[in-house]
Amino acid sequence: MSTAPKTPAQAAGGRASTKKELPEHFKAYKHVWVFIEQERGVVHPVSWELMGAGRKLADKLKVDLAAVVIGPDGEATQHAAAESFCYGADLVYMIADNLLADYRNESYTKALTDVVNTYKPEILLLGATTLGRDLAGSVATTLLTGLTADCTELDVDADGSLAATRPTFGGSLLCTIYTLNYRPQMATVRPRVMPMPERVVRDTGRIVSHPLGLVEDDIVTKVLSYLPDRDSAKSNLAYADVVVAGGLGLGSPENFQLVRQLATVLGAEYGCSRPLVQKGWVTSDRQIGQTGKTIRPKLYIAAGISGAIQHRVGVEGADLIVAINTDKNAPIFEFAHVGIVTDAIRLLPALTAAFRARLSPHSRDRIAS
Amino acid sequence: MHIVVCIKQVPDSAQIRVHPVTNTIMRQGVPTIINPYDLFALEAALELRDKFGGEVTVLTMGPPSAEDSLRKALTFGADRAVLLTDRFFAGADTLATTYALATAIRKISTEFGPPDLVFTGKQTIDGDTAQVGPGIAKRLGLLQLTYVAKISALDLEARTIDAERRSEGGVQILRTRLPCLVTMLEATNQIRRGAMADALRAARAPIVKWSAQDAGVEDISKCGLRGSPTIVKRVFAPAARSEKAALIEVGEQPADALIEAIFKRQPALEVELATLARGY
Repeated sequence: MSTAPKTPAQAAGGRASTKKELPEHFKAYKHVWVFIEQERGVVHPVSWELMGAGRKLADKLKVDLAAVVIGPDGEATQHAAAESFCYGADLVYMIADNLLADYRNESYTKALTDVVNTYKPEILLLGATTLGRDLAGSVATTLLTGLTADCTELDVDADGSLAATRPTFGGSLLCTIYTLNYRPQMATVRPRVMPMPERVVRDTGRIVSHPLGLVEDDIVTKVLSYLPDRDSAKSNLAYADVVVAGGLGLGSPENFQLVRQLATVLGAEYGCSRPLVQKGWVTSDRQIGQTGKTIRPKLYIAAGISGAIQHRVGVEGADLIVAINTDKNAPIFEFAHVGIVTDAIRLLPALTAAFRARLSPHSRDRIAS
Repeated sequence: MHIVVCIKQVPDSAQIRVHPVTNTIMRQGVPTIINPYDLFALEAALELRDKFGGEVTVLTMGPPSAEDSLRKALTFGADRAVLLTDRFFAGADTLATTYALATAIRKISTEFGPPDLVFTGKQTIDGDTAQVGPGIAKRLGLLQLTYVAKISALDLEARTIDAERRSEGGVQILRTRLPCLVTMLEATNQIRRGAMADALRAARAPIVKWSAQDAGVEDISKCGLRGSPTIVKRVFAPAARSEKAALIEVGEQPADALIEAIFKRQPALEVELATLARGY
């Protein structure tokens, strides 16, 4: 991905229109791969989301979908491999070695680069997590191929090229990026951007094991310890069913508690738009949007958020988007399903009270009717 | 100790506007700033220098006007600034950028001494890729620590560094060897105000300016647009949804009206939420 945003004019001319034929040695690169990310025995759900996206690409290209499972030799890695078939894998490449118990850039880069060079995929997808981005940047540079970060849409062209769309210019526009003459075509996608595919119970299929080929002394970096986050400190924002968020329209940091109060009544997670993090009103783990979390709740209530594209791309997957904003021309009303043009500071307390009344056990008959 | 900090001059994205009709970026008048994430890297580097002694060199690749960001970095207390600027670098994607920056760091190494540490921010606010740091490390054969929340120890004798690295579900405490590339996490420190002496020095300090040739680029085809495996084929505004939001009238009871509208569309959700509420 470009570090220097290119103007539409640049993109329209020059190399974009001068597609060369894929060099001969890249023609052997076939099939779609998804890197299955696990940390301490737990597969990150983004991996299964990518399997859903990868399945569609593979079907369109009429090739196989493979999962690449890297981890310690043992039950967790075996289980991740078995699960990969339930999420649509045709085969699994597995590097199981106890040196891979913790994520370390050196060993994981070696593992993934080796399987790519040996089995040659045309497309390789990774989650845009702290692990996935660390690994993807290293692997792409080692392979000297293209890598497009934080894609919001993946498709294949008529000629079979991967078309990776992502926000650009700080999230004010979208761009579609190709890696035409290099293989594999690599892309990362953030958690929750792709829908979770249905898990179908299936038998374990073909597993191709590949050796790591390292001993501990080969790996310079040592893990001195690991401190898992306390459950209470974890925000489940990305995977919450209901999310309430606030933006600059709240006017002051004190008013952000109105968002939290509504979230509490709804058993929801709370979030905010980017400016509130930049102003220091809310911590960055609560930011929703291109540079924060992507969410796909059943209900999303946006209070005092104008709806810039960088926010929009983070919430578009919600089933129902409700916008509260004083400006009837705010872009959020372009993609919200339900809107109300009013001051969120006044409406939020009323909404909290009304939800509390409606959802209390005493109003059960109303729900039943 | 020698530390190189890679920074990038970026448009202040909060002030970018898109032309409503042509959907092109209105660049005019958009102020530029040092990528905010890079300031955490710069401050971390300055703190280590203050503690262990040595020099901090800031490096950027960009148009001649990127000199402004380098001077700003000097006012914070950086010792030396290098600007890599050449039309051959234009249009670089992350892979071509890492080639240019890695080449310049090699040149810095021969000119001003080999770096013990290279710092970058975790990502930029215009590209948001987080790929350049790991790419530089790979090209220079440096070890890498990304998403670092804290550098807990540095031992220049033993040539080791300990750091707390953010992972998805926790924090890894890692020890690795120098030379090493570190990408700093946001909100890990606060950039200093900078001393008056530094401000005075920064205004007059010479900036080292290198073209591709000066920096020792051997293969110009690895730079800029030509050296970029990725190409941007299309830039566009997202399609508007066919239906606009159904607007609720702000009547006597707007909250009730809004809740009606929500549950009319999501009847199952009301049952779920009520069940949840009963559990309290």
